[in-house]
Amino acid sequence: MTTLGKTAGGLYWMFRHLERSENTARMIEVGQRIALTRSSDDDEWGSILQAAATHAGYVAKHGEVTRDLALDWMLRDPDNPSSVLSVVKAARDNARVVRTALTREVWEAVNEAWMTLCAAMRRKVHDRDLQDVLALIRQRAAFVRGATHGTMLRNDIYDFCRLGMFSERADCTARILDVKYFVLLPSATAVGSRLDDVQWETILRSVSGVGAFQMRYGQQLRPREIAEFIIHDRAMPRSLAFCAHKLEENLGYLAADYGTRLPSHEIAERLNQRLLGRSIDTIFENGLHEFLMEVQHCLAHLSQQIEIDYRFYR
Amino acid sequence: MSKSSSFDEMWGHETVLRDPYVPINEWLQQEDAGRLRRKARDAEDLFRLTGITFNVYGARDAAERLIPFDIVPRVIAGREWDRLSRGIEQRVRAINAFLHDIYHRQEIIRAGRVPIEAIERNAAFLPQMIGVDPPGGVYTHIVGTDLVRTGEDEFYVLEDNARTPSGVSYMLENRETMLHMFPELFMKTRVRPVSSYPAMLHRSLCACAPNSSNGRPVVGVMTPGSYNSAYYEHSFLADKMGVELVEGQDLRVVDGRVAMRTTQGYQPIDVLYRRVDDDWIDPLNFNPDSALGVPGIMDVYRAGRITLANAPGTGIADDKAIYSYMPEIVEFYTGEKALLKNVPTWRCAEPEALSYVLDNLSELVVKEVHGSGGYGMLIGPTASKKELSAFRDKLKARPGNYIAQPTLSLSTVPIFTRAGLAPRHVDLRPFVLVSPEGVSITPGGLTRVALKKGSLVVNSSQGGGTKDTWVLEQ
Repeated sequence: MTTLGKTAGGLYWMFRHLERSENTARMIEVGQRIALTRSSDDDEWGSILQAAATHAGYVAKHGEVTRDLALDWMLRDPDNPSSVLSVVKAARDNARVVRTALTREVWEAVNEAWMTLCAAMRRKVHDRDLQDVLALIRQRAAFVRGATHGTMLRNDIYDFCRLGMFSERADCTARILDVKYFVLLPSATAVGSRLDDVQWETILRSVSGVGAFQMRYGQQLRPREIAEFIIHDRAMPRSLAFCAHKLEENLGYLAADYGTRLPSHEIAERLNQRLLGRSIDTIFENGLHEFLMEVQHCLAHLSQQIEIDYRFYR
Repeated sequence: MSKSSSFDEMWGHETVLRDPYVPINEWLQQEDAGRLRRKARDAEDLFRLTGITFNVYGARDAAERLIPFDIVPRVIAGREWDRLSRGIEQRVRAINAFLHDIYHRQEIIRAGRVPIEAIERNAAFLPQMIGVDPPGGVYTHIVGTDLVRTGEDEFYVLEDNARTPSGVSYMLENRETMLHMFPELFMKTRVRPVSSYPAMLHRSLCACAPNSSNGRPVVGVMTPGSYNSAYYEHSFLADKMGVELVEGQDLRVVDGRVAMRTTQGYQPIDVLYRRVDDDWIDPLNFNPDSALGVPGIMDVYRAGRITLANAPGTGIADDKAIYSYMPEIVEFYTGEKALLKNVPTWRCAEPEALSYVLDNLSELVVKEVHGSGGYGMLIGPTASKKELSAFRDKLKARPGNYIAQPTLSLSTVPIFTRAGLAPRHVDLRPFVLVSPEGVSITPGGLTRVALKKGSLVVNSSQGGGTKDTWVLEQ
């Protein structure tokens, strides 16, 4: 059994891009919800663009942040490499290159996602269609994930898919927290004080975690617990700990499969033990922002090393 | 010749239903036109979903297009096919013998059956192949012999595609689509299956592996990349054979063998089914600007440590100028008369032929010697005065670049149109596999159909479509 380096890279990026399409849709949902539930201003769209790591590109093209322009930028703009259409196209292009590594079901799911979303966003998305389009984006990503889960062999090919997915998800969760970290700082919320409802919702909704949080911690919202939930909770599929654990696990399968441990495995281990092994108190003491920077840096390093270790490009 | 004189494969020259089409006729009579229209649309959706698309070079939107699929099968009787396939096998064997000869002792030239000029000044002749013995002795592992029909028993070979014939994925997907949409048709009529083609291709390629492969050859399909017009087919074949799909950038020469970059380092390949043209395959030995190829792969090939399918230099056998010598070539190597007819061909390089062609241009089809895909050809009967005179100038300027043939009255088969059934001209490309174990031909092949009324151009790049091709069991 052999897998081309190019194929491994194509699978990794195909799943990163798919994960990104869903994350972007979720961020837009959050922005939309804030806009609808609050006396309107466009402030939130700035931080949403930041959380989606596409603020600089937006500002370079449009300057001032407005809701309409931000929406179009994040959904459709070909100049934005992270717009939903751009990433779905990239996912599909990658899928085409790695077609022989995919099952028919997975290929058709991603090809259909591309066809359906292109059709749904051929023109600027009208407000009354926005919810449907966002639901469609998430649904299509879920179809691909489902087809992958249900039909792909559990071998190295599957591991590369999972590595792409969890790298992107971990990165996204870290970014969301980083954009809003100040809300969780002890100084902003003295013991017993309540968080700004909108702010906590922003964070939890961004990681699809409102219901999950309440199930775990009840109705009371404490910044420490929200941080704990999103950073450490291994039951929460978008938490940093969950993603980092999956990254290490999938790299572990590859190590067993190939019979070699590589530098990327050390980085994943460090991410899990040295970074995510810290208690919330320690993290807050040393600075939440600094911690999140360190996590993002480590994830970027891991991604580069995986690319080298498994010969994506040379 | 006028269209009305064409032979229709369903209704013959008259309006008598031909035997092989009895089940098709019954089916079409029973079916409701609305349902068929819906099914035709379903077929298109199915093709899009599967991604059976091709890219058109130079198209502005760079979009992937579908090759139109017509739901009415083209039917060939079992005994018609058996006769055809004997002719094809004879021709393909002769082509391989010719290639071996032309790159070794050139007996056919010494015997005066093919003039030295036809080889010497021919760009398709590769001096790098002189004296090279391809593993297994096979030059053309995959051949697509283009046939046209003009009457009940009249078949002509139009072209011997001996380089990298494409279209086999359509042959397979067309059948899958028909099986999926009209299973009831196949319950009533016994049609020879085509689905074993990928397995046969794999087996055939493995049988040609070099000795260095130690019994379990590693096979790869080499594509110029995902922007190539036939990329779908490349990935389809790799997928169905269960082998890697590689590009030049995945390959390099390591320790005297061609190896692919895997997640665990470089691993040797034994057989490369390459869908990259000769010119681009090795920047050190051919076009130095090629970024698609593998530097040094020809040296590995000459050392007998990799099989390239097809072998480099096979173009000399399907060159349109050489084509005119095919009857002599078949006879020379097989000792038998050619079973399949050649279209009479005027080689414009010869002064007498040129003057005939210039005098009769409006009745002839003129083709570039190295052209393909229907580009750069003139169809005299349908050309305007302006086109004719422009082509006349081209012919005079470079006569050696052209051959001319009479306009054949290609047979027609009905297609399903909005206004009901209508006859359209077709050709046929059967796919032939060659290995030391023998020659095998998949029953049927790819039927290409000109969708425009009266048009003789069936090429997909020029608006042609395809049909499922049935060879009946008996």
